Amino acid sequence: MIRRYVPGVLLVLVLALLWEYGVQWFSVPHYIIPKLSSVVTALWDNRSSLTHHFGVTLGEALLGLFLSVVTGCALAIWMHMSKLAQRLVYPLLVASQTIPVIALSPILVMWFGYEMGSKIAIAVLFCFFPIAVGASDGFKAVNRDILELMQTMGGSKSAIFFKLYVPSALPSFFSGLKVAATFSVAGATIGEWLGAESGLGVFSKRASGMMRADSVFAAVILLSVMGIILFLFVKWLESVLVKPNKI
Amino acid sequence: MNISQYAVPDQGDSAGTLGAETKPPLLEVDRMTFGYNSGRTLLDGVSFRIQPGEFVSLLAPSGSGKSTIFRLIAGLLEPQSGSVTIRTGKPGKGGKGSRLGQVGYMPQKDCLLPWRPVLDNAVLGLELQGVPKRQAIEKVREMMPSFGLAGTEKKYPHELSGGMRQRVSFLRSVVCGTEIMLLDEPFSALDAMTRVDMQEWLLSVWEQYRSSILFITHDVDEALLLSDRVLVATESPIRELHEITIDMPRPRSYGDTVGEIFAARKRTVLELLHRGQSSSGNTNKSSAPVRAQQSQGEGNG
Repeated sequence: MIRRYVPGVLLVLVLALLWEYGVQWFSVPHYIIPKLSSVVTALWDNRSSLTHHFGVTLGEALLGLFLSVVTGCALAIWMHMSKLAQRLVYPLLVASQTIPVIALSPILVMWFGYEMGSKIAIAVLFCFFPIAVGASDGFKAVNRDILELMQTMGGSKSAIFFKLYVPSALPSFFSGLKVAATFSVAGATIGEWLGAESGLGVFSKRASGMMRADSVFAAVILLSVMGIILFLFVKWLESVLVKPNKI
Repeated sequence: MNISQYAVPDQGDSAGTLGAETKPPLLEVDRMTFGYNSGRTLLDGVSFRIQPGEFVSLLAPSGSGKSTIFRLIAGLLEPQSGSVTIRTGKPGKGGKGSRLGQVGYMPQKDCLLPWRPVLDNAVLGLELQGVPKRQAIEKVREMMPSFGLAGTEKKYPHELSGGMRQRVSFLRSVVCGTEIMLLDEPFSALDAMTRVDMQEWLLSVWEQYRSSILFITHDVDEALLLSDRVLVATESPIRELHEITIDMPRPRSYGDTVGEIFAARKRTVLELLHRGQSSSGNTNKSSAPVRAQQSQGEGNG
């Protein structure tokens, strides 16, 4: 087990050393790329405010992700139950993804205000699509032979849905959810950039206004850590819920 | 146990068909006609009956619409004309007059749920019938040893061999307690050695539970070894079924396939099949593209 992680840890160490000493070697100005050590110092010095901002952003991302799961699955189920909904909604769903969310974001801020609402809305816009498509495609991956067998056994529509369709759709749903988990952090951060009172996005925006590149990097590192945590959480959930899916 | 057991008729010459003839047939297919696309008929006025406790095989060439017959009987499809009557006294699950839930259907592929261990797979049918889970599990556990599945309760289907998976699939159908079971070439994907084992095993299990079985196969030896009667379809679309009574005593084993009765019945079947081929040989050119279409239609199911 330990041997598996050795190459990865070594790579991170090498990159960290390159960052620390490369910056000094080429004398890059600290407001362009700060030394790694000063980023770590910034992390430590701002620990109390960073913890607060981290919590705010994580809350927005999680709420956005949760709402996306609810609405995404609801839409997928609706499309599964009604051929008409499938024909009407699926193209709209795809079309909605061609709209640059960032361009739409100021309107969302006008609709949902500077409070948490607009951040969650933007996170949902980012996360909704992979979840809805993942679940919807999962429903279509159902084995027709097993479906017919369950019908001949006298299975009711709802029994077949929960005992066959849902387990069949889980792997595809989780692929979408893993993508969405990392998107949710990006969505929340962009929401904060457009105007907010707290959150890592606001923190980094203020820091960059003050030319404090070390603090910006500190926030970015925390955001990426947050994305990784969410991703690993979904992966763990998948390993618990998804049983072998192929013979 | 809830499996309906019928008095086994004395093993006379007619292997039970005469003794059971007095009862109304469990399954009656009357002049059933069906085609997937209008104009392409697969079944044209097919009729046959199955008595309680009877083992009947339907022998037909591949791609001739055998599986379609099963889908019609099971209630997945409705005949365009003619009728299918099942007298089990159980109501259908899909509304009035529906046959869904009345017959045990064991498809060609084992159709196990990959995410369920063996035990949970085997209770699926009972679960769908609304039997309480604990009761269903108890019933399945009781039957697992006689299906050669003891100790596999917690294994997932991908950990089992093809033969073992078919046993689970068969257990799942048997445990539902339907009086009639449809088996669609269940052993066709197995290698020859395993197939012989499974045929003998099926016979031994059937001797125990004695539900009626309609068995589809394109393997002549398999049909003769297992059945009381063999229905041979020789033409496409399927119109008339030639009936051959296999009057070998039971219980049977693979050794019976070298006996005299077996050889005589096999000759009859082969002659029938040969005659069917040569008569359809005249129209071979015109029917070839139609056959290709038919097997496509079957592939949908």
